[in-house]
Amino acid sequence: MARYDSVLDLVGDTPMVDVSALSPTESVRIWMKLEGKNPAGSVKDRVALALVQAAEADGLLVPGKPDQFLLEPSSGNTGIALALVCRLRGYHLKVVLPDNVSPERRQLLELYGAQIIDSPGAEGSNGAVRRARALAVDNPDWVFLYQYANPANPAVHYATTGPEILRDCPEITHFVAGLGTTGTIVGVGSYLKEHRPGLQLWAIEPPSGEMVDGLRSLDDGYVPPVFTDADGAALLDRRVVVRPRESVEWTRRLTELGLFVGISTGAAMAGAVRCAGTVAEGDEATIVVISPDDGWKYLSSDAWSGDLDEVVERASRTIYF
Amino acid sequence: MAVTVRIPTVLRAATGGERAVSLDGTTVGEVLAKLVAEHPGVEDQVFGDDHSLHRFLNVYVNDDDVRYTGGLDTPVAPGDEVTLLPAVAGGAR
Repeated sequence: MARYDSVLDLVGDTPMVDVSALSPTESVRIWMKLEGKNPAGSVKDRVALALVQAAEADGLLVPGKPDQFLLEPSSGNTGIALALVCRLRGYHLKVVLPDNVSPERRQLLELYGAQIIDSPGAEGSNGAVRRARALAVDNPDWVFLYQYANPANPAVHYATTGPEILRDCPEITHFVAGLGTTGTIVGVGSYLKEHRPGLQLWAIEPPSGEMVDGLRSLDDGYVPPVFTDADGAALLDRRVVVRPRESVEWTRRLTELGLFVGISTGAAMAGAVRCAGTVAEGDEATIVVISPDDGWKYLSSDAWSGDLDEVVERASRTIYF
Repeated sequence: MAVTVRIPTVLRAATGGERAVSLDGTTVGEVLAKLVAEHPGVEDQVFGDDHSLHRFLNVYVNDDDVRYTGGLDTPVAPGDEVTLLPAVAGGAR
């Protein structure tokens, strides 16, 4: 059915599209799950809704009660998704944001009514997390849902994203996703490995110290509790670094198939292509790769039309997700 | 041509400020043993008590984490790049 009572009912059940035309191994198919089709535009819609629902179930948030404040450190998509959920549920959202994120996401946050608190861009997402933790200590009445440690984050991927993938692609042999909060890889990975024991789980990360794509390098000085609690290191089968140039190149290649997706999708696709390259020609394999969002929020980065060297230079200074 | 080992900021004091060191070896283990022989100051951060790879050090060969490709036995060839990156596990600092 394509008729819904609320925008929040549009979250999840995203489509997959065949991107095998870009596979380096003919017998390996690659399917891309388009999380940009969520109502606020990213995979984080699932997480934001789950975080708020869990807080309501715990009594931490009470629907209809006035003057309830939420706090979130996010370089973009989670903040935007939470802003949507808070607008519809009647909560006030404060978002701690590195001051070098692209202008589109600032506007998106503001149009949904969120209040922005700046953190130094040079400190990246980690700086925003630190600032938010300090604010949470000073303002104990603000609800801090903290997606990096909140079990509702991987749980929603275990409950929705994972089952959708298995339903739509039962022949899956490999799952590839970027590392951010690690909620996607932990939640989807746990679900898929339970149902497809031989499945391989590939994590894609940006190089340490380079801010790009909304992927957080686990070596930048912070490992999310979501990852350690699930013994994520043991869950993974492979962990590869994808550099900004490769991310932008694959973001551009995807337009050949008509896909206008964010730069973190380019990084994930680069990882999927490397994964496909490890399978011998003639061996059947099916990779599912996550596309976290669409390209709209990255237009100001000139990622598609600008000189590649300049775009990569800018991408290493700005957070684009 | 040897293997290039990229040294993270926190280990550079022990390598005399070198950001990259050229070493010979056919496996990650051999290359790291040579690194420790040349720069003994890095040993405690590279190897754990049982002489396996330190729990809080991530090692990549050409951007691939060696924990998933054979650990210290992961083969390396001349021209390969070995990157060392310390991981901080267990929450925010």
